[in-house]
Amino acid sequence: MRSVTFTQLIRETLAAELRRDPSVFLMGEDIGVYGGSFGVTRGLIDEFGPERIRDTPISEQALTGVAIGAAVAGQRPVIEIMFMDFITLAVDQLVNMAAKLHPIYGRPCPLVIRTPPGGGRGYGATHSQSLERLFAGVPGIKIAAPSNATDASALLQTAIRDNNPVLFLEHKLLYPQRFDVEDDLPTPLPFGFARVAREGEDLTIVAWSHQAFIAERAAAQLAAEGIDAEVIDLRTLCPLDIDTLAESARRTGRVMILEEGPKTGGFAAEIAAQIMEHAHEYLEKPVRRIAGADFPIPSAKNLEAACLPAYDDILALAREWMG
Amino acid sequence: MDTIQAYSLMCMIRLFEEAIERLFLEGRIMGTAHTCIGQEAVAVGTAAALETRDAMTTTHRGHGHFLARGADPKRVMAELFGRETGYSRGRGGSQMMMDPSIGFFGANGITGGSIPFATGVALDAKLRDTGRVTVCFFGDGASNQGVFHETLNLAALWKLPVLFVVENNGYAMSTPTARGLANPHIADRASAYGITGVSVDGNDFFAVRDCVAQHAAVCRAGQGPVLLECVTYRLSGHSRGDPRVYRSREEEAAAWENDPILRLETRLKADGTLTDATAKTLREKAQACVDDAIRFAESSPLPDPASLQEDLFA
Ligand SMILES: Cc1ncc(C[n+]2csc(CCOP(=O)(O)OP(=O)(O)O)c2C)c(N)n1
Ligand SMILES: [Mg+2]
Repeated sequence: MRSVTFTQLIRETLAAELRRDPSVFLMGEDIGVYGGSFGVTRGLIDEFGPERIRDTPISEQALTGVAIGAAVAGQRPVIEIMFMDFITLAVDQLVNMAAKLHPIYGRPCPLVIRTPPGGGRGYGATHSQSLERLFAGVPGIKIAAPSNATDASALLQTAIRDNNPVLFLEHKLLYPQRFDVEDDLPTPLPFGFARVAREGEDLTIVAWSHQAFIAERAAAQLAAEGIDAEVIDLRTLCPLDIDTLAESARRTGRVMILEEGPKTGGFAAEIAAQIMEHAHEYLEKPVRRIAGADFPIPSAKNLEAACLPAYDDILALAREWMG
Repeated sequence: MDTIQAYSLMCMIRLFEEAIERLFLEGRIMGTAHTCIGQEAVAVGTAAALETRDAMTTTHRGHGHFLARGADPKRVMAELFGRETGYSRGRGGSQMMMDPSIGFFGANGITGGSIPFATGVALDAKLRDTGRVTVCFFGDGASNQGVFHETLNLAALWKLPVLFVVENNGYAMSTPTARGLANPHIADRASAYGITGVSVDGNDFFAVRDCVAQHAAVCRAGQGPVLLECVTYRLSGHSRGDPRVYRSREEEAAAWENDPILRLETRLKADGTLTDATAKTLREKAQACVDDAIRFAESSPLPDPASLQEDLFA
């Protein structure tokens, strides 16, 4: 075992994939010598050179479209969108081209889009959003949202080897976190299998990405109070492991879903609906969402905190249910 | 491709497109389609200049490009009829067909959407050093999309082997070029990215062929992209059911005088390559090919909706 940051393990995983398969290459803004805005690709250019760690102009739509074309022609591009907010400029290429390649044209499109969503750093309304909801309703795009380094590495390997477009979320608050991991990289993890991060009988907390990281801590605190919470970390939103969710919902009868993005129109709503379809007769309590405010994320620390889902709300809801 | 083959192909594309317009009117095909009547010399001139290893992407107005590149007219027609034997098994329709085995990478129905896609195919060629040139077709309207500018800059920066061929056919839907482009000379835009921009008579098969050959060689030699403007005219309406209220019948009549097929035919007859009798035979063969395609399409099975379940992901 060793202790590494999320960033470090992603970087090692990218390096391993670049070594393994010559058709893998990275592309993005300032990912070369600079190493990317969050330093994830730092140093990779020294081993792999500027052809495979390819800096692009600030042209998200073009670089995404170019990656899609290269993917269809036989490459395995891994692109970085510096902040998830900037993916809006690439939406056309992802939604109208990448997502259609296999279902409509019958062509594989092995493409990974790595991008950091999330607030908590005071970056303001256009550098803090969690926009996975924009893609969750677009058939043809897979979405991975790991909450820890080992899962991130295992899912990233799968994403790079997958023959479909994969949106890969690296929450910016996870980057500096340290995790205990095996000395070797984990083996690739198939998509569509949630992780039961903590088993529990009283209630179920469903989350992904950084919220799953938070949920584990909340569950530990609740345990100290005698509340036995199950934590389900989705790991991938598409495909969604509804079996694991429904099984847990049937067993505990109480489900809360955490989502960092705004409550309205979010992916938590989709999960809630699916749980109703699969397990409503077992529910003791209505499914509840703890989510971000329906407001652009402000910059000031206290205002930002007011717009992100509150840790204390998780505890409060659990106590209300079990009190 | 010799000139007789080119002539036959241009006739076949014309007859194919006329058949499509007729089939819509008769209610035998659904959805929409954009025909390239009047622009056949661009498609065939370009295809005649390319090598087998080269690639091509198209636009919403893409039947001609695809047929010129060697598509099976039966399968193109079957796609328009929504049949299992179509290039996209009925899922794509007129604007979404692809056949990488003949270097044809299709379009997606988004104006300008294929421009970076084509450039990605060219990036692959550069990374693997295959010597492939990718021709990227798009329209005057598409040249106003931001992604056109983003991509030209990027392709020029990386010296990618992509030949950007803009078909300036006078209109983007109802908008004449002069009302859509602050500078209607699209080739001028190349200078902004430090690449060569050339304008050519897009209704002259020989001019297009020679110009594409010349500039594809530049791309192939690793000297980067070229922007080639083919000046032409869309003789057909924009899409099915276009009443063409934005232009006069006189303007159209004048444009028909400049019909690229007529021009090639006249030239081939003048230099003795083609006689009236052979021209007639070639046109009849082309018509038979289109008729066959329609028969093939109509007798092909409908796609099975159950097949959609398995095919979302690769
Ligand atoms: C992004 C987008 N905007 C608008 C349209 C609708 N549309 C389809 S073709 C077309 C005109 C395109 O003009 P041009 O690029 O000159 O090609 P042409 O039709 O002349 O071949 C328009 C507006 C579209 N398909 N996609
Ligand atoms: Mg036009």
